Amino acid sequence: MKTWFALAGVVVRELYRRKDFYVLFVLTALITLLLASVDFFEDVRVVRYLREVTLLLIWVSALVIAVVTAARQVPAERESRTIFPLLAKPVTRAQVVVGKFAGVWLASGLALALFYGFYLLVGALQGAPGSWTLGLQAFWLHWMMLAVVVSMAILGSLIFSAPSVNSTICFIVVAGILLLAGHLNVIAAAQPDPWGSVVYGLYYALPHLELFDVRDLLIHEHPPVAWGAVGVATLYAAVYAGIFLLGAWWIFRKKALPT
Amino acid sequence: MIGSCAFALRGTKTATQAGVEPILRTEHLRVEYPASRRGEPPKVAVKDLTLRVYPGEVFGFLGPNGAGKTTTMNVLLGFVRPTSGEAYLFGVNVKDPIARQRIGYLPELTYYYRFLTAEEILRFYGRLFGLGGPELDRRIERLLKLVELEPARNRQLKHYSKGMQQRVGLAQALINDPDLLILDEPTSGLDPIGRMKVREIIQRLKNEGKTVFFSSHELGEVETVCDRVAIVHQGELKVEGRVDELVRSHQANLEQVFLRIIGYPTSLAA
Repeated sequence: MKTWFALAGVVVRELYRRKDFYVLFVLTALITLLLASVDFFEDVRVVRYLREVTLLLIWVSALVIAVVTAARQVPAERESRTIFPLLAKPVTRAQVVVGKFAGVWLASGLALALFYGFYLLVGALQGAPGSWTLGLQAFWLHWMMLAVVVSMAILGSLIFSAPSVNSTICFIVVAGILLLAGHLNVIAAAQPDPWGSVVYGLYYALPHLELFDVRDLLIHEHPPVAWGAVGVATLYAAVYAGIFLLGAWWIFRKKALPT
Repeated sequence: MIGSCAFALRGTKTATQAGVEPILRTEHLRVEYPASRRGEPPKVAVKDLTLRVYPGEVFGFLGPNGAGKTTTMNVLLGFVRPTSGEAYLFGVNVKDPIARQRIGYLPELTYYYRFLTAEEILRFYGRLFGLGGPELDRRIERLLKLVELEPARNRQLKHYSKGMQQRVGLAQALINDPDLLILDEPTSGLDPIGRMKVREIIQRLKNEGKTVFFSSHELGEVETVCDRVAIVHQGELKVEGRVDELVRSHQANLEQVFLRIIGYPTSLAA
């Protein structure tokens, strides 16, 4: 446990000492504040539009932070050769994988908390704070989704040597899942076999990240989600993150270090 | 326990004869790297290497570039799996991460997180050994003082000179108060003052009864600090013995002994 925390701590420190996070936050904050400053005759649709844009920015920013940070962890350790003094300690490769995951996930969670806090604050200042419970649920589900994305990016970083390639593939896969995964069963039903079965297989195998997206509920001020559903979604994310991390460890344990 | 045993044996010529268990042991170690081109035979980096390093010794591991020194160290540290043979630290097979609980390692070049300060680096590595609280604070203070980095402790490593980074490396290698230190060319690339400081630290560790296994091309330095040496060439162990005995039997200094053993015409060296 101490090893995981130590490894995670280095990742969090790296994130707040780099500029990427601040750039994304300032950009999101600026756009949100600019939009919030415009008064469109107190039209409720404008408030909704503002929320939609802000939440989209939060989603894109969080995804960029999570994927880019996760994708560079192990390759950077190998490239800068910090992996040598690290593995010269009584540290297993499984601990490295889990520690890196924990660090990136925690760092993404901190960034996400700041983004959502800002979103709720701007809403409150505009006189339309929305449900704080739903806001908390949206944050939690988003963070759980990032657990799946981060573990996927860490697995990818052990398959693709260049972090840029891994990041690009991760963005495409995540965007593809968010946009299409929920409709794959409909597509599968319209396909003749064997393609129908292949698409059905994909439908059941892919992590349905769109289930964690409750932006529409926030925008249109729906009541909070049942806590049981949040719990099931958390478990669902944990299973997928676990599978990806297991795969990452399996590859990393056999991977030769640069000599 | 081994640390105190090492202290008792410090400077004794009979350590190898007294039935003391070696701290570091390799048995018929062989390491092959896959061929870079199809059809070529694999590259043999280490051939049938059997070594023993005993508690309290400063052991010099010598050889020209490409002799297999770093590969052997990489096996000892668990980075590379041997093709055949075994390696043990404190009697534990190096495949088991716990074998590295009581060692300190300094790589040839400085490989540390450049965005961390010296104090953070030491805290991080200390935690990997399960250290924490006042004990870790005490060790960090002592080591920063030892490597003379107290004034720069809160500066990020990216602002350090090479010599300072190497001293951080030495401090991190000592954070767990190891019984065995593995140093890969610890003075490589350092200026004369940096070399002297590293040599002084090795000397101090030797006086404290630590076991040091190190590779170096600085044969004068090796002659000064080492009790025993092993010379490897093209992956094979050519000679192993006490420095004073080698120098006496060859009637030459260690550099000349080294050149003769690797087959370099010493008339050219002179």
